[in-house]
Amino acid sequence: MRFMMMVKHTEPSGPPPKEFMDAMAILTEEAVKAGTIRGSGGLGPTAQSTRVRLSGGQIKVTDGPFTEAKEVVGGYAEFELKSKEEAIEGAVRFMELHKKHWPGWEGETEIRQIFGPEDFAQQAKEQSRTAQKQAS
Amino acid sequence: MATDTHRTIDAVWRIESPRLIASLTRIVRDLGLAEDLAQDALVAALEQWPESGVPDNPGAWLMATAKHRAIDHFRRNTVLERKHEELGREFEEKEMAVPDFEAALDDDFGDDLLRLVFISCHPALSTEAQVALTLRLIGGLKTEEIARAFLMPEATIAQRVVRAKRTLAEKRVPFEVPRRVELAARLSSVLGVIYLIFNEGYSATAGEDWMRPALCEDALRLGRILAELAPQEPEVYGLVALMEIQASRSRVRVGPSGEPILLFDQNRAHWDQLLIRRGLAALAHAEKLSSAQGPYVLQAEIAACHARARTPEETDWPRIVTLYAALAQLAPSPVVELNRAVAVAMAFGPAAGLELVDALTVGRSLENYHLLPGVRGDLLQKLSRLDEARAEFERAASLTRNARERKLLLERAQAFAVGSTQPEPR
Repeated sequence: MRFMMMVKHTEPSGPPPKEFMDAMAILTEEAVKAGTIRGSGGLGPTAQSTRVRLSGGQIKVTDGPFTEAKEVVGGYAEFELKSKEEAIEGAVRFMELHKKHWPGWEGETEIRQIFGPEDFAQQAKEQSRTAQKQAS
Repeated sequence: MATDTHRTIDAVWRIESPRLIASLTRIVRDLGLAEDLAQDALVAALEQWPESGVPDNPGAWLMATAKHRAIDHFRRNTVLERKHEELGREFEEKEMAVPDFEAALDDDFGDDLLRLVFISCHPALSTEAQVALTLRLIGGLKTEEIARAFLMPEATIAQRVVRAKRTLAEKRVPFEVPRRVELAARLSSVLGVIYLIFNEGYSATAGEDWMRPALCEDALRLGRILAELAPQEPEVYGLVALMEIQASRSRVRVGPSGEPILLFDQNRAHWDQLLIRRGLAALAHAEKLSSAQGPYVLQAEIAACHARARTPEETDWPRIVTLYAALAQLAPSPVVELNRAVAVAMAFGPAAGLELVDALTVGRSLENYHLLPGVRGDLLQKLSRLDEARAEFERAASLTRNARERKLLLERAQAFAVGSTQPEPR
């Protein structure tokens, strides 16, 4: 099972303390050694970002910063794991790292399973089953 | 909820148990005992964590619990009481010298895990035992999960594990990384076990129990773990590359009604490019480590040739021919020779390929291998020797056990029915 984890927090949070970066490096190394991580990265500030929106038949390109957003995605990691519980366990450890080495930092890690076509097909099947049950 | 905590504990076990068992094996010098102690710690976790919650550092908690059980075990054993008292004291001293359990867990664990890998794949054990032990100890799979994946009863797998640990104890197999002299051969059997697990999953089709295709992921994970533990070994990267590239095709290998789709007929747009990139990177890493190409590196190179071709026509067949020739030198087998003949035909024309295939037919070792007449039939068809082609396809159909394959081969045979000198236009 593949999972995308997205860390969200309020901007600006400033650069992370060195202690945190060191601990993160160790955590990432452990994931590499466990053969479960597929990729990860920290995202640049929204001040340097751009949004391309399609709405009402129009495509509009807007440069950041975007002040209306309370929380922004600061980073991501993609994992290959055996269960969602494993993903949650990993995310909990990741947040503990923040708690321990980046005092004052607040935010959230969202865990979303990466769906392949077979997962979408499975979901569609289940939705129709639920709909049938509700209809009968 | 109690059930949620259980599933979390399952996850923690999968993450922590390999290092836990590896460290314990080093300390108590007995794999069976180490696993028992680890299981004791798991039972304690199942009893306590639903109430107290999962601890901040679950790995350290399990290790501390296991160590306490170990001390109790040594104290209780009256036969070798004095010796174990010494060990127990040494144990306690170690504990006092290392108040930080996290450090104790990290201590040498890389080497310990590598030792665990080698002991799980020890030549004293049967291949099935090696597979079961590796999946359990390094993969963190439960007996029940292994049984499901291999379509065996749980009791059979449990027995295999018990017997394996007994054999290792009886033969006093040391907990160590093999010395240089033995390393290549021992590593080769480890890689063989991992690739066997991969193929078990790879041959399982979609629609079967999901545990079976998941074996591919387990094998890939084991391969990547090994690559981190033994970063100087090119064959490990070769195996990882081979598995990544083969896995990249898993979505398109099987058709909607479960029929196998050959490489040349697959929709290449649905090959997983991320896996291909990772595979090619692992392969590049292997080549950087050594210019000598072992069997897994060679097989990965062949897979890479296909992976790089955006269409079948773009395949670098002459290169594949060279690679198969090298593979035939290193790991000769009739199957390798057959594949080489196919590559030769693609690179230099069907007549050249047929020459090699005919030589194999004489050899008799592939007598009942249904792919041989199929290949021969294909080449004969390309050379317009249609009567002979038909006979070969009929023969291939009689040799295959797969009903769908038989149907396809018979259809091909019927296209050259006696009396028609040309296949019907479609």
